[in-house]
Amino acid sequence: MGATFDLWKLIKTVLFYTAVVFIVVVSVFPFYYAILTSFKQGTDIFRISYWPTSFSLENYQAVFSQGSFPRNLLNSVFVASVTVILALFLAVTAAFALSRVRFRGRGFLLMVILAVSMFPQIAVLSGLFELIRALGIYNTPWALIFSYTIFTLPFTVWVLTTFMRDLPIEIEEAAIVDGATPWVIITRVFMPLMWPALVTTGLLAFIGAWNEFLFALTFTSSNDTRTVPVAIALLSGGSQYEVPWGIIMAASVIVTVPLVILVLIFQRKIVSGLTAGGVKG
Amino acid sequence: MASIELRNIRKAFGVVEVIKGVDLTVRKGEFMVFVGPSGCGKSTLLRLISGLEDITSGEMLFDGKVVNSLAPSKRGIAMVFQSYALYPHMTVYENMAFGLTLEKGHDKEEIRQRVEKAADMLQIRQYLDRLPKQLSGGQRQRVAIGRAITRDPKVFLFDEPLSNLDAALRVATRIEIAKLHESMDNVTMVYVTHDQVEAMTLADRICVLRDGLVEQVGTPMELYETPNSVFVAGFIGSPKMNFISGDKAKPFNAETVGIRGEHINIVPSGGTWSGTVIHTENLGADSYVYLEMGTEEPVVVRLEGANSYRSGDTVHISPMDGKVHRFDGAGKPIL
Amino acid sequence: MATDVMAEPVVQTGVKIKSELMQQRVRAAQLFLLPMLLALAVVAGWPLLRSIYFSFTDASLNNIDGAEWIGFGNYLRVQTLDSGAVRYRGLLVDPAWWNAVWNTLRFAVLSVSLEAVLGMLVALVLNAEFRGRGIVRAAILIPWAIPTIVSAKMWSWMLNDQFGILNDLGMRLGLLSQKVAWTATAETAMTAVLIVDIWKTTPFMALLILAGLQMVPKDIYEAAEIDGVHPVKQFFKITLPLVRPALMVAIIFRLLDALRIFDLIYVLTPNSSATKTMSVLARENLFDFDKFAYGSAMSTLLFLIIALLTILYIWLGKVRFDGGDR
Repeated sequence: MGATFDLWKLIKTVLFYTAVVFIVVVSVFPFYYAILTSFKQGTDIFRISYWPTSFSLENYQAVFSQGSFPRNLLNSVFVASVTVILALFLAVTAAFALSRVRFRGRGFLLMVILAVSMFPQIAVLSGLFELIRALGIYNTPWALIFSYTIFTLPFTVWVLTTFMRDLPIEIEEAAIVDGATPWVIITRVFMPLMWPALVTTGLLAFIGAWNEFLFALTFTSSNDTRTVPVAIALLSGGSQYEVPWGIIMAASVIVTVPLVILVLIFQRKIVSGLTAGGVKG
Repeated sequence: MASIELRNIRKAFGVVEVIKGVDLTVRKGEFMVFVGPSGCGKSTLLRLISGLEDITSGEMLFDGKVVNSLAPSKRGIAMVFQSYALYPHMTVYENMAFGLTLEKGHDKEEIRQRVEKAADMLQIRQYLDRLPKQLSGGQRQRVAIGRAITRDPKVFLFDEPLSNLDAALRVATRIEIAKLHESMDNVTMVYVTHDQVEAMTLADRICVLRDGLVEQVGTPMELYETPNSVFVAGFIGSPKMNFISGDKAKPFNAETVGIRGEHINIVPSGGTWSGTVIHTENLGADSYVYLEMGTEEPVVVRLEGANSYRSGDTVHISPMDGKVHRFDGAGKPIL
Repeated sequence: MATDVMAEPVVQTGVKIKSELMQQRVRAAQLFLLPMLLALAVVAGWPLLRSIYFSFTDASLNNIDGAEWIGFGNYLRVQTLDSGAVRYRGLLVDPAWWNAVWNTLRFAVLSVSLEAVLGMLVALVLNAEFRGRGIVRAAILIPWAIPTIVSAKMWSWMLNDQFGILNDLGMRLGLLSQKVAWTATAETAMTAVLIVDIWKTTPFMALLILAGLQMVPKDIYEAAEIDGVHPVKQFFKITLPLVRPALMVAIIFRLLDALRIFDLIYVLTPNSSATKTMSVLARENLFDFDKFAYGSAMSTLLFLIIALLTILYIWLGKVRFDGGDR
């Protein structure tokens, strides 16, 4: 009896760890393979291998020397950073109002904000296109900063509202008794307490803006103004049939590695940020 | 220094009325304690005085001026919260100075002096550069009190400030607060607690609240000696007052007779009542004997020193002269 | 609720009193909300209205300003041919559009339900205590962190018909008899898209579900264990009902995301009508085919369809968002 029980337990353990290994391999392998490919040289790329066989930086040199990839990288950094800073700036005060002050229509307003953040962006594309051309910012980074507000702002407001709601009410009341106005409460009491939340929210919004494709594809038209996702999508070789896989993989690794590192550093905070508002029993 | 007057104050949250018409005057320099069971509205009443909560109807006066709609910071109050509510990211010094830095007209030197004076009073000067999380619970509570002192308020509000402390610290901090009141005799203090011992030891006067209404206001001894309802009689004093009703109360011409454990004599024979010992507790300086005698709860007799009664003993008891509280069917005293 | 600073009195037994504090807070709230609301009105509200307006005009890419109102023509119009036959034209009878609608719905339902099941499995694994749990959690964040465009490119390389590693792996393991042109063949294009999408977004699902799982008190399971409840029954009777709210919210977020999918399909299977979704088709009409008004009609219809589905889902599923009331 004891022996069969142990066997069953062993099978369960083996199955469990098989599942664990499977999850890890499936998650990591595509990225691993992209890195592997990016270090291959010339026709080596077309020889399938599961383990590193050669090491060459040729593709990386190509990415930075050919075309406008460095410029695209700068564009992406600039657009994502400015978008996030603007969104956070507007969202912090709005989140205070939504989480700390009771007024009629607050619940409705929160639903509208959530709805906008989940908006199908294509639904506003033609209207935005007209507006962006009218503002004279078509094919500039400002067009992207402007349009990205549609998803970064509601997102940051929503997440910061849920974070701010969890700050202890007595601290705010102590500040009120001390004579603090709402503005002082936000800037001198809440903000210092919320910086982890601000970093998390900012990071998530940054990733969103960094990865955005539809607006970037539509509102920029020249190599110099594109962001990296568009640049990678449109990377092409000498002829239509010659896809420069090595260069594409090198570019992919370059734009992904910083994100992966950031995400791994902040992983706990990111999980809490993702679940904020979503999961609350 | 300020007197506080409440005139028919009411407060409703949605459709639930929590304060149902309170009239009360807190005199200048007085230490007033609000006491009552949880849900009686004592904290709400304090928050109405602080201005953190809006009054639904009625009038609130500070020194004869209506302050119904005045912001908390303009009422000259300071508040000590149950959870201390210190700003976690500020040092003790910054915590205490925060209110003054927001007010106009205080230069740095003056703020420093005031903070240091308050810190000296509470012996927390050596912690001024620390963050709240580096302090113990008792130290945090001192900082919270220090922050209130620094503001130099006319009215000091305490919202169950000792309930987060352990028993030993609670006694020590209670004595601190009593000393503080003595040294700041021109400051009016309002203190909320559910612990009648805190109320008895700290208060100049106690306001007993029940279901959003004032049950009785008076000095601790007034409440102890002449409670004006069964509720107050049962709430004030430890051990709890014994209530004897029905036939056993008849000889006293009352529906219910209340008698405190310390006002009962054990007599060798005869006596007013008799009962069976079910439990005894020896506390050293005094001891309690619990008697089963057909009342709802056992009757407690408090004796000086230790006693040697055993469970099962039959005991005869008599109330001391003039210490019997007689109540009518509505729970009101018969005078 | 009872200790809320700003609880507003409803029962009024006397004069209504609005305190200075409350007035100050409400004024501040209005002031704080104004910039955000203005920004949202400009970047979302106005463009949405204009897009809907364009769908009723004859606007073209080079003649947006001169667009003229033509009513419902883009949606449905009746054309009488010279021969006298009556033909219906417009979006509502456009087979390409309905094909895109079908593709979108098929994609959304398949991807989200598979992600929910897989996400639940991954979450259950991560909820168990074992050595190296941290590494697994870090590993599953990688697909989530990779930009969609990059994952599309990575996978199209792996799915490459000639040099793709997946064909190679499938042949070696005997799962495939010959190399498959995953992204180019109509039959497999949707599968390819689903594989990539599931790979990329299952982690998100798993993490949301995991957060829900971790809120289930451990002693419930201990009690069930003592009562001898079978683990499978435990899952369906205890775990599932308790994580249901989290799961429902996770599903709706994913569903809305899936219904608007654009980038993955645009890069992975361009020009394949088997995977062309509403968003892809609408953008194509707007900017590649110079049918600006027609594309606007598509985006308007897409908006309506998604709004309708969302309301239906929230209503049927009784989803409760944490509405933000303290």
